[in-house]
Amino acid sequence: MIPGRFEYHAASGVDEALRLLSELEGERALLAGGHSLLPMMKLRFAEPAHLIDLGKITELKGIREEGGELVIGPMTTEAELLASDVLARRCPLLPEVARQIADPQVRNRGTLGGDALHGDPANDHPAVLTALDARFVIRGPRGQRESAADGFYLGPYLKDLGDDELVTAIRIPIPAPGHGHAYCKLKRKTGDWATAAAACILELAEGRVQRVRLTLTNLGPTPIRVHDVEDLLTGEPLDAGRIEQAGQAAAAATDPAEDLRGSPEYKAHVAGEMTRRALRLAQERAEGGAR
Amino acid sequence: MSDKVHVSFTVNGEAVDVLVDPRELLIHTLRERLRLTGAHIGCETSHCGACTVDLDGASVKSCTVLTVQCQGAELITVEGLAGPDGLHPLQAAFVQEHGLQCGYCTPGMLVRGWRLLQDNPDPSEAEIRFEMAGNLCRCTGYQNIVRSVRRAARELRGEPVAEGEAATE
Ligand SMILES: Cc1cc2nc3c(=O)[nH]c(=O)nc-3n(C[C@H](O)[C@H](O)[C@H](O)COP(=O)(O)OP(=O)(O)OC[C@H]3O[C@@H](n4cnc5c(N)ncnc54)[C@H](O)[C@@H]3O)c2cc1C
Ligand code: FES
Ligand code: FES
Repeated sequence: MIPGRFEYHAASGVDEALRLLSELEGERALLAGGHSLLPMMKLRFAEPAHLIDLGKITELKGIREEGGELVIGPMTTEAELLASDVLARRCPLLPEVARQIADPQVRNRGTLGGDALHGDPANDHPAVLTALDARFVIRGPRGQRESAADGFYLGPYLKDLGDDELVTAIRIPIPAPGHGHAYCKLKRKTGDWATAAAACILELAEGRVQRVRLTLTNLGPTPIRVHDVEDLLTGEPLDAGRIEQAGQAAAAATDPAEDLRGSPEYKAHVAGEMTRRALRLAQERAEGGAR
Repeated sequence: MSDKVHVSFTVNGEAVDVLVDPRELLIHTLRERLRLTGAHIGCETSHCGACTVDLDGASVKSCTVLTVQCQGAELITVEGLAGPDGLHPLQAAFVQEHGLQCGYCTPGMLVRGWRLLQDNPDPSEAEIRFEMAGNLCRCTGYQNIVRSVRRAARELRGEPVAEGEAATE
């Protein structure tokens, strides 16, 4: 299996990548880690005439703190997310997710940007970035703009991103100190995509839920933010009854497609269970228990 | 359209220069142009790890890397593991602990296991299993593969392991 023919362009910087995007004729694709795009090209699901490699652009890499936010370059690999001290302290949800994606070799190549921007509803980062209130910093011929992850995903492979635009950074407000977090994912085997998964960020105050974000992976055409469940929990103590209700409400909010990983009924059931687990784990962590 | 591209990199310490079509995958350059046939093609879909090589200090699946992405890179393949004195201790451990059955996955296992031991000279069994998860053995003989990596780790740390002594905890 070899990809079809294309012209290869190694962009030296963001400006050059943008110029290539607007000047080249025919279908163009951005190459990040290549672990979603190249398999699609091998299978002829994608046949770009031009491949613009972002691999040499150092300004698209790295993780830093800036005024209460984390700024992460889209070309940062999963392995780098896993190894980051800043993330371990400030946003442990991200390395927890990276750990559950694919396998070591794929994590060495696959990038946060490639995962979040490919648009595959089965990818893990879209739901996680949505739970984190992340924003994409986007550059294009009309200048720079930002788009919140919540609302960015419009359908499978459809997002609020033009053909001539590039994401240059991902900005994440640093979650409150003492927050609880969890990403609970059921997969058939090591290295597999999620049958269903739930991401949770939880802040407690005097035993009550002060703020919660709950999102689901692979349970609809886009990541799902379960507003109903967030509303149900906010201001209330997080006891077993509430968690059970939350699980049922999350399952009901799903719209999964049938695939190799199961029927819609089964996936909705798993969504409920992943939600219960994520809430329990995030609660334990917010209360200072499990790390 | 799609002019050939000159790509220079080093493989096992030797500088090479190839002229490739942009769509050529690294595994094909290694096997068909450079005659380094140690890395195998299993699944072609980045699942099995038989094609694993070391690219700039990290394990990668060479069926999902374009050769043109390797300009200036340093590559190590299974052919580069043995030294002038013979097999690398990890290769010897695979012999001693029966870490290979049919051998198809072995080159990928060796290159991956070698990198793992560079990064972590004293991995626990759980860490070995986590770090080797991108390499599938179709004979599913994982137990002996894990033992082989454990034995090599001990030997590389200078703790000799007696013949016949299983490299268990
Ligand atoms: C065996 C295997 C198992 C996997 N398991 C999982 C899993 O469990 N969970 C999971 O989430 N993923 C999984 N993946 C996917 C993997 O994480 C991919 O690497 C990732 O989804 C895409 O990242 P990439 O860097 O490889 O992107 P690429 O494949 O290079 O790019 C994908 C697309 O992203 C877009 N893009 C990339 N960068 C930018 C940018 N800066 N601006 C605008 N658009 C951009 C482009 O449209 C590009 O075509 C798996 C992959 C494999 C091969
Ligand atoms: S052949 Fe590359 S991972 Fe299977
Ligand atoms: S030894 Fe047979 S595939 Fe691994």
